[in-house]
Amino acid sequence: MTFAGTIGILAVVALILALAIPMGGYIYRVFTGQRNWFEPVYAPVERVIYKFVGINPDAEMDWKSYAKSWLLVQFVMALFVYIIFVLQGHLPINPDHIKGMSWDLAFNTAASFITNTNWQNYAGEQSMSYLGQMAAITYLQFTSAAAGVVAVIAFVRGMVANKGKTLGNFWVDYVKVHTRILLPLAFLFAIVFVGLGLPETLHGAQIAHTLQGGTQTISRGPVASLEAIKQLGTNGGGYFNANSAHPFEDPTALTTVLEILAMALIPAALVTTFGKFIKDRKQAAVLYVFLTGLLLAGAFTVYASESAGDPLVHHLLGIGGGNMEGKEVRFGQSLSSIFVAATTAFTTGAVNTMHDSLTPLGGMVPIVFMMFNSVFGGIGVGLLNILMFLIIAVFLSGLMVGRTPEIFGKKIEAREIKLATAAMLVHPFVILVPTAIALVTKAGTSSMANPGLHGFSEVLYAFTSGAANNGSAFAGLNGNTVFYNVAIGLVMLFGRYVSMVAMFAMAGSLVKKSVVPESAGTLRTNTFSFGGVFLAVIIIVGALTFFPAVAVGPIGEHLQMIAGQLAK
Amino acid sequence: MANSKSAGLSGAIVNHAIVDSFRKLDPRTMVKSPVMFVVEIGFVITLLLSFDPNLFGGHYGPGSGERAFNIFVTVVLFITVLFGNFAEAIAEGRGKAQAESLRKSKTDLTANRRRSDGTYERIPATTLRRGDIVRVLAGEAIPGDGEVIEGLGSVDESAITGESAPVIRGAGGDFSSVTGGTKLLSDELVIRITADPGESFLDKMISLVEGASRQKTPNELALSVLLAGLTLIFLIVVDTLRPIATYLGAPIDIATLIALLVCLIPTTIGALLSAIGIAGMDRVIRFNVIAKSGKAVEAAGDVNTLILDKTGTITIGNRLASEFIPVGQHTDKSLIEIAVLSSLFDETPEGRSVVELSKENGVSFVREEFHDAENIEFSADTRMSGLNLPDGTVTRKGAVDAIRQYVQQRGGKVPADLEAKTSRIAMEGGTPLAVVSGNEVYGLIYLKDIVKPGMKERFEELRKMGIKTVMCTGDNPLTAATIAKEAGVDDFIAEAKPEDKMRLIKEEQAQGKLVAMSGDGTNDAPALAQADVGLAMNTGTPAAKEAGNMVDLDSDPTKLIEVVSIGKQLLITRGAITTFSIANDVAKYFAIIPAMFIAMIPQLQALNIMHLTSPRSAILSALIFNAIIIPLLIPLAMRGVKYRPMNATSMLMRNIFIYGIGGVIAPFVGIKIIDLIITALGLAHI
Repeated sequence: MTFAGTIGILAVVALILALAIPMGGYIYRVFTGQRNWFEPVYAPVERVIYKFVGINPDAEMDWKSYAKSWLLVQFVMALFVYIIFVLQGHLPINPDHIKGMSWDLAFNTAASFITNTNWQNYAGEQSMSYLGQMAAITYLQFTSAAAGVVAVIAFVRGMVANKGKTLGNFWVDYVKVHTRILLPLAFLFAIVFVGLGLPETLHGAQIAHTLQGGTQTISRGPVASLEAIKQLGTNGGGYFNANSAHPFEDPTALTTVLEILAMALIPAALVTTFGKFIKDRKQAAVLYVFLTGLLLAGAFTVYASESAGDPLVHHLLGIGGGNMEGKEVRFGQSLSSIFVAATTAFTTGAVNTMHDSLTPLGGMVPIVFMMFNSVFGGIGVGLLNILMFLIIAVFLSGLMVGRTPEIFGKKIEAREIKLATAAMLVHPFVILVPTAIALVTKAGTSSMANPGLHGFSEVLYAFTSGAANNGSAFAGLNGNTVFYNVAIGLVMLFGRYVSMVAMFAMAGSLVKKSVVPESAGTLRTNTFSFGGVFLAVIIIVGALTFFPAVAVGPIGEHLQMIAGQLAK
Repeated sequence: MANSKSAGLSGAIVNHAIVDSFRKLDPRTMVKSPVMFVVEIGFVITLLLSFDPNLFGGHYGPGSGERAFNIFVTVVLFITVLFGNFAEAIAEGRGKAQAESLRKSKTDLTANRRRSDGTYERIPATTLRRGDIVRVLAGEAIPGDGEVIEGLGSVDESAITGESAPVIRGAGGDFSSVTGGTKLLSDELVIRITADPGESFLDKMISLVEGASRQKTPNELALSVLLAGLTLIFLIVVDTLRPIATYLGAPIDIATLIALLVCLIPTTIGALLSAIGIAGMDRVIRFNVIAKSGKAVEAAGDVNTLILDKTGTITIGNRLASEFIPVGQHTDKSLIEIAVLSSLFDETPEGRSVVELSKENGVSFVREEFHDAENIEFSADTRMSGLNLPDGTVTRKGAVDAIRQYVQQRGGKVPADLEAKTSRIAMEGGTPLAVVSGNEVYGLIYLKDIVKPGMKERFEELRKMGIKTVMCTGDNPLTAATIAKEAGVDDFIAEAKPEDKMRLIKEEQAQGKLVAMSGDGTNDAPALAQADVGLAMNTGTPAAKEAGNMVDLDSDPTKLIEVVSIGKQLLITRGAITTFSIANDVAKYFAIIPAMFIAMIPQLQALNIMHLTSPRSAILSALIFNAIIIPLLIPLAMRGVKYRPMNATSMLMRNIFIYGIGGVIAPFVGIKIIDLIITALGLAHI
């Protein structure tokens, strides 16, 4: 670890917060129907869309119709892209003549992008046509992010309403996320990325002739536009298989900082938005402090572990220094470490470093962040998970102050706990059960390239990434088999939709409750003491659930490494 | 119930509880507590494995010690289940014993029922119906709940209230309600029965203390859901460990997995949850308050607004002398002397208070010296009282206008400043009494509503709990404001009519607040029913008792405050033991995980931070700790976590510190000690 590296990490995080807070205010204004400077630009476009689709923008929806529309839209989109993936060989805008995908790969990919996971069992430049990249991948990278945002906005509306009925109008919210947030931001970032050297073209791959007389096929395409929304929407599905480690996706240290910023911007901003909705800035501040603390703890764990390097390598090869395997020299350990932490904290899944090559403890951080799934978390869903943990924390600690627990004035009763427990339960379920199945079936183990604990970590990582809708991978596991395509595809779907529907139902239950005014006997959630309790609940629930798996995975691996034992 | 106030557990209750804890092993009973049911299933599986360790696969030879280990785990699991059952049984035991003694007072009751022709017949009390008319003579037990329609008599209610002093019950007014099972001491009463068999107060009380009609309260239900959810998570965690271990080449035996599961699932709170609820209700009952449901007790903990009547609740019912104000040329001393003389034989609280206050001012007379004086008692007609001395001195005190008339009739002069001083007292909310000797007005006695001692502090405590207090009084706003300020209540309603109370409750409830109130009159009944917590006085009318969701047998309205504390304590105890239970898991992981995987990954020894002797002793130590923590916490569950009024955040931090951090640390110590004992007994390498 160096001083400059440490400052670098802190500076990136400071930059995230500096931009996220005003952004959060803007998002709040968008969803409370307040006008802004660009009203003359947005409003007519939206009006045309409403008219074209036949939406009454003034209609209010209860949780059931909100959730139904929300699910329906995504189902139709998933079906649409599935068809594109299967038929892309026969469809236009395919200059490199890429063939259609198998059913299982297409299912996996459609599930992956509709759930904002962006797990890629295909190599983009070889298996995805330009049409697929733009009309399926980039398209879903917008809409899946938008789905996350509207879900949490609807939930928060339910939380603050006093004896209300409705959560807003899904169609209006959904259109507005696109027109007022995602599209303008993506456009801005894409332009900057083009300026910083990312390609943006519809021409096919370039053939280069090397000095030795050989030829090289250099893939390219509409990279900058995809890169912008890939990061902004916490998607992470890269244009190229190497993702942000590829020089066309992420050419310089500056672009890597911008990419970190882009993926953190909206998830971090939503905390402010939430604070504005509940009219409690201090609550937002408390969440920022503890979530940022977790993010930094993760980033510095990776940084320290990577800087320390592998004692086995030091000993056997006589090479000193940190672990540079799988890292790009243009980013170095410090920027790689914060990228690793951020991409799993914000559950983006873009990588500028090969996570498989991290030291065991360095590799543990991304796994643990995805298991928590609430260190800011993915766009929209992250805040939903945070609120779910907040409800569990309030329930446990609220009892200890001698009142029926209340969150923001709303009583937490059996129904809320039932739904929160369901939302909490699904995460360990879809990680541990498929991992166990994979380990005892031929179909599961035959894809594993590494033996011992690391092989186990790779499988665990794959399902954790799917469940957390992250999408990053420990390479070394061949995921493009029928078993993994279907298994991870299902994990991604369950991981997202079960908990989201449970949260919608909870919003439906919360919205009807009256807000009990705060008194001295009310447990205040906007204090740093409560923040500590909240953090402890996330860590203890996470640790109790995943400690055995992490102990035999990364921790065991680390202890073996320290003891000087190679994987058997 | 007086004897039940002693909190001690008799040997009989314990013996009963031990028998009951075996009876509760019935899976049909166990399934009501999902957490403990899982333990019981685990017990059955390990029991089977104790007969044949290879029953579910495996190749354990006789030398592996697997059978001994299975037996050991089986025994500990069995004890764990028993401990859980014992906790519930002992909590129920006290109630059952109480119910038994109540039942005794119910049996053998007979009634003297009036026939339609006006004659009386003797029938068993159990056949009485609502609307029957019965006659009770002195020395007889009152056969059922009812309303006195004729007569007046003193009743011994100690069978119900534990209070031995008899109370007066009579026809009409707010003192007409009688309870079956109490005893008429004097005179004769004619009573109209108001409850059908099985619905009487005594019946309700029996089923309440017995816990027969106990239903899970809303909060208990929510917590049960969370506990079941956690149990399910740990089932997943443990079930998936076996394939993982198998892949890693270190299969784990089933007994170890069950041990881990039982250690992780929240057995501590699972075992104690119903005991906490029963004990909470029991605390209310021992406080001589009958809560009609656990829900009402829980709601008491959530109360935001407390509505209290002024008279008898906040103030001590009577106005007392607080100041002497001379008028005209008279001095303090001369006024006090006359005032004392006029009150010397006055036994009313007002009169006594005048004597008391004079004593404080250094003036006192001995009654014996005035034995030949004539005492003039207060009458509604004269509106004054006093003393006629043999030497002809006549002293009087009374209502100012009555005294004024009295003086003028005797040709005396009313001092000029009397008017101003009188209205000053009235302005401040007091009652002025004028003092006269002969035809000379000496001055005024300032009678004041006296706030009960300690009330101000209690309202302060309530404020700290976040509870707003509202005083209701029939006084004029001025008087009300004075008392309100003195008592330290947050708000008051003056010239309050029953509808005002109702309106206030509805207003507060519309804001999402929970309201508690106490009342005894029939016109309180609608408000008692509307309030979230309605505490009816036992002396009150049947309508009031029916409307409230709690009845205070001692008829002490300030008990609302204690009921609130008990409600809070109930929730705190639940939260604290849940937190403790979950926090315990951290240490158990550090005991069991290294033990499980050490064969495959020797380096995991680094996680064995407690340095437990062997894998099996580690697992058994954790499991034994998990079992014995249950009986260790039974006293806490029964007594409840101590509740101190303080703001929510400091209370949270205090409880987190004790039960959260304490819950993380305690098992590290406990497991290590148990491991040392197991090692010392030579059982570490079975």
